[in-house]
Amino acid sequence: MKVKTYEEINERIRKGEAVVVTAEEIIDIVEEKGIKKAAKEVDVVTTGTFAPMCSSGAFINFKNSKPKIKAQKVWLNGINTYAGLAAADIYLGVTELPDEDLLNKVFPGNFKYGGGHVIEDLVAGKHIKLKAISYGTDCYPKKEIETVIDIKSVNQAILTNPRNAYQNYNVAINKYSDRNIYTYMGILKPNIGNANYCSAGQLSPLLNDPFYKTIGIGTRIFLGGGEGYVYWEGTQHNPYVKRGPNGVVRAPAGTIAVVGDLKGMSPEWLKGTSITGYGVTLTIGIGIPIPILSEDIVKYTAVKDEDIYTQIVDYSKDYPNGVNKSYGEVNYKQLRDGYIEIEGKQVPTGALSSYKKAREIAEILKRRIKKGRFELTKPVKSLSSGE
Amino acid sequence: MIKKRVVLTFPHEIVSQPVVYHLVKDYNLMINILRARVTPQEQGRLVVEISGRKKELETGMNYLAELNIDIQPLAQDIKWHESKCVHCTACIPHCPTNAIFLNRDTMKVSFDKQKCIACELCIPACPYQAIEIVI
Ligand code: SF4
Ligand code: SF4
Repeated sequence: MKVKTYEEINERIRKGEAVVVTAEEIIDIVEEKGIKKAAKEVDVVTTGTFAPMCSSGAFINFKNSKPKIKAQKVWLNGINTYAGLAAADIYLGVTELPDEDLLNKVFPGNFKYGGGHVIEDLVAGKHIKLKAISYGTDCYPKKEIETVIDIKSVNQAILTNPRNAYQNYNVAINKYSDRNIYTYMGILKPNIGNANYCSAGQLSPLLNDPFYKTIGIGTRIFLGGGEGYVYWEGTQHNPYVKRGPNGVVRAPAGTIAVVGDLKGMSPEWLKGTSITGYGVTLTIGIGIPIPILSEDIVKYTAVKDEDIYTQIVDYSKDYPNGVNKSYGEVNYKQLRDGYIEIEGKQVPTGALSSYKKAREIAEILKRRIKKGRFELTKPVKSLSSGE
Repeated sequence: MIKKRVVLTFPHEIVSQPVVYHLVKDYNLMINILRARVTPQEQGRLVVEISGRKKELETGMNYLAELNIDIQPLAQDIKWHESKCVHCTACIPHCPTNAIFLNRDTMKVSFDKQKCIACELCIPACPYQAIEIVI
């Protein structure tokens, strides 16, 4: 049943009257008051997540030199960028590494600095060394430049991430290798010595909107401390995975593509990340407000960690070989309590996603909305939901 | 009663001798082995916490010195940079002593230096270079 519209919610936000709670707080509210009352009383539920998101990067347009250069290859702090665009446009991917990095030659490599770190440094206001080379044309004669840029001196710096905020993710284990393995899910000890997960569970944006009823193209979000938008469904978006009776996906499913102005973001919410033996990436803070338009929606946002399940996947043999096999299902309450049972063994858990930071993001977004500084947008198009 | 954390380096001819046994039996010392790496043909390294009476600890140390065992205070120090920590918990399953630990209500990670045995297992597990070894 419909209870309110975007316009009504925004009107209340503008007046400073909106009732905004986090995705943790709504759980108790629904338990106490029931779905009907909660849907009437609450206007917005805020979510959050803070985790490494490898499919991310930034478009940067730097001020051209005099004489001008049609930059063909460009490095920022020694990190290669993609320059196959107009003269002074580049795309800096977060997993890019310096050309001279030892990579995994001394195994496991430690990958101290890469694209994600350049973005963190840029947002922190640091000076970044730019080197560009070209072949020279009549309109762009310069063949090489070396200069220094920073976030203020560039014309644009636009965080543009083709895939973020995965709706649920695997729990990773090492079942078959007799040594530590080094994966994007962290270090996994032999004999299922640990199990690593990466989701904010009950706080995670897409787990609170399992059928993408409110999160769609054009949704305004908290991105890297500033503001951003969902611009498309993310790459690998897959709404067709199996779901629980509550509609919640039981394996990695939906994703979103997001964009926002780096100039308004903060290094606290964009962190260069070094994953031993694997590479570099960027850890990103994302928060998405969910408008309580109906009773269904409030019910979805009240989802609890114990009702969100995911699959245990082996990263020593199955995952690398594309074998799709589960070693059991666990929920996020068990994961966050510190131990899960796999094949009769108590296995300690660790996470790559920070629940503490996810909680902070949901709180910040809540404050911004309550103060009237953040209004909600109605998506111009929905993500495919498979419904 | 005093306590000392030391790194013992054994020449390889000593590796096969029950040195720790003698420290316990003859000198009445309590030995807590924090780390051990003894490989045949090579020298051995033992990181131990020794506690006992002052006098016995001294004579115990003399016994080790006579065996040509090198004794160094445990100078390695693990530093956890709170400002760099994002409280992800990736390090938690790697710490054998709970020196780095998680409060599951606040989901905040903290570090208890007293419990740390400088095994360094947490260092590669941290994606944010928040843990560092200071030598
Ligand atoms: S060095 Fe070892 S004991 Fe100390 S915090 Fe790290 S893992 Fe724990
Ligand atoms: S792995 Fe690093 S950032 Fe994560 S909780 Fe441990 S010390 Fe903090």
